[in-house]
Amino acid sequence: MIQTIFTVTENIPLTKDVMKMTLTGDCSHITVPGQFVNLKIEGRYLRRPISVCDRQGNTLTLIYKIVGGGTEDMSRMAPGTEIDILTGLGNGYDLSKSGDRPLLVGGGVGVPPLYLLAKDLIAQGKQVTVILGFNTASEVFWEEEFKAIGCAVRVTTVDGTKGIKGFVTDALDGIDATYFFTCGPEPMLKALYNKTEISGQFSFEERMGCGFGACMGCSCKTKYGNKRICKDGPVLEKEEIIW
Amino acid sequence: MVNLKVNLCGIELDNPVIPASGTFGYGYEFAELYDINVLGTFSFKGTTLNPRFGNPTPRIAECPEGMINAVGLQNPGVEKVISEELPRLATCFHKPVMANVSGFSLEEYAETCARLDACDQVGWLEVNVSCPNVHGGGMSFGTDPKAAAEVTAAVKKVTKKPIIIKLSPNVTDIVSIAKACEAAGADGISLINTLLGMRIDLKTKKPVIANTMGGFSGPAIFPVAVRMVYQVSHAVKIPVVGMGGVSTANDVIEMMLAGATAVEVGAANLVEPYACKNIIDSLPAAMERYGIQSLSEIIGGVKLWEKM
Repeated sequence: MIQTIFTVTENIPLTKDVMKMTLTGDCSHITVPGQFVNLKIEGRYLRRPISVCDRQGNTLTLIYKIVGGGTEDMSRMAPGTEIDILTGLGNGYDLSKSGDRPLLVGGGVGVPPLYLLAKDLIAQGKQVTVILGFNTASEVFWEEEFKAIGCAVRVTTVDGTKGIKGFVTDALDGIDATYFFTCGPEPMLKALYNKTEISGQFSFEERMGCGFGACMGCSCKTKYGNKRICKDGPVLEKEEIIW
Repeated sequence: MVNLKVNLCGIELDNPVIPASGTFGYGYEFAELYDINVLGTFSFKGTTLNPRFGNPTPRIAECPEGMINAVGLQNPGVEKVISEELPRLATCFHKPVMANVSGFSLEEYAETCARLDACDQVGWLEVNVSCPNVHGGGMSFGTDPKAAAEVTAAVKKVTKKPIIIKLSPNVTDIVSIAKACEAAGADGISLINTLLGMRIDLKTKKPVIANTMGGFSGPAIFPVAVRMVYQVSHAVKIPVVGMGGVSTANDVIEMMLAGATAVEVGAANLVEPYACKNIIDSLPAAMERYGIQSLSEIIGGVKLWEKM
């Protein structure tokens, strides 16, 4: 982990409440997909943890949903704004277990961290399938970006306005995957856990105090003992999860 | 050259800055970021006799200039702290550490303190009396002068090291509780623990924290802390460790003028991981700005307005 200053270069809406922010700064401590950064927002006491969607050289891409005051403030940040950021937080995904045909499953703002993961898996020569779940067609984002890097993409919407009607678990038929990686709302993670026979890794979300393992604000119980989502997670293996 | 040294219950500190319990783990997360030997000392994670997972999540809520936490004293229990955490700490911290202890009965406080008192690395025991007394109807030990004195006496009986009683601000008269602890043999008082607070999520209509209520800390509580440190330090003869919203070198000086011998820094560590190091680095310049040669000389030095 390091504390450093990033400068916003772009901050644009992808849907009505999902934004994409690109920043420049020292990305060297973001070593694996699935890690997150913790942003200091002027006038907000606690930092805001946001998953890393992409990092390339000195460019960091974050995709975030406006859910409250802090992310609302973020959405108003103009290019040139400097942000104090703790980077390289969390364990991230362990790519070594993916096998040849990994499946990536994302729901809503659980989609972004899977993008860097997909890029790294494809760079390793893996055949990557992605399922992206949303509520409705107007909320869909990042489908083309996954296709552009060579993923086979299935989109689901709960109301059927785009792709397969239903939840991500309704799109599993016919996919012969060796392993899976997922991030999304907890009910989605649990449904996937129950419906899959293969093993996988789950990225969890929790309200955090510090984001680097000091305050024990985001603890959870696992079969391997108590863990902190921010430091020992956010990625847990299927075998250790206690729902 | 300005002098930052202070003496806390017979042990000299290089400076008065002490990360507060619960915001600094057992030290080594921060040791990855900076040499934690620059600290006066630090108060480690509140330790109980038995391991505790703590409260359900969410445990954290944002507030203007502060936060609420309801971690619920998650810790691995005193045995593991002694067999695992302290040896690991010894690799990165070479000063006496402050052992923070919680309990739910007099016996539990005494046993946990006795075991930590026997550890060479421990310099002081800081006893948190804000926990509910399971044998006393669940009321916090720290809200009743008699119960707080009983904890103090029970712990003093089985220990040799300085005992600092950490007081809750959620009381009618904190001075009477501090005096009762002093009379029962306390070597020092630290205050304030967090203020009881609550936030409600307007969308879900639920409390933000699963435990409904939690401890409010951060810069927002600093004036309350300064007031209570002033009141207590002027009513007892034993040293007072001041805490509550301290975030800057100026805050440290203000706390010491109010009467604190040393100063703990809590929530600031969580939002600014280098907070304590930054405070220590900027103390000499702040002292020079206010004409202070030696920090130990300003303890309790607030000059009151003359009565008209």
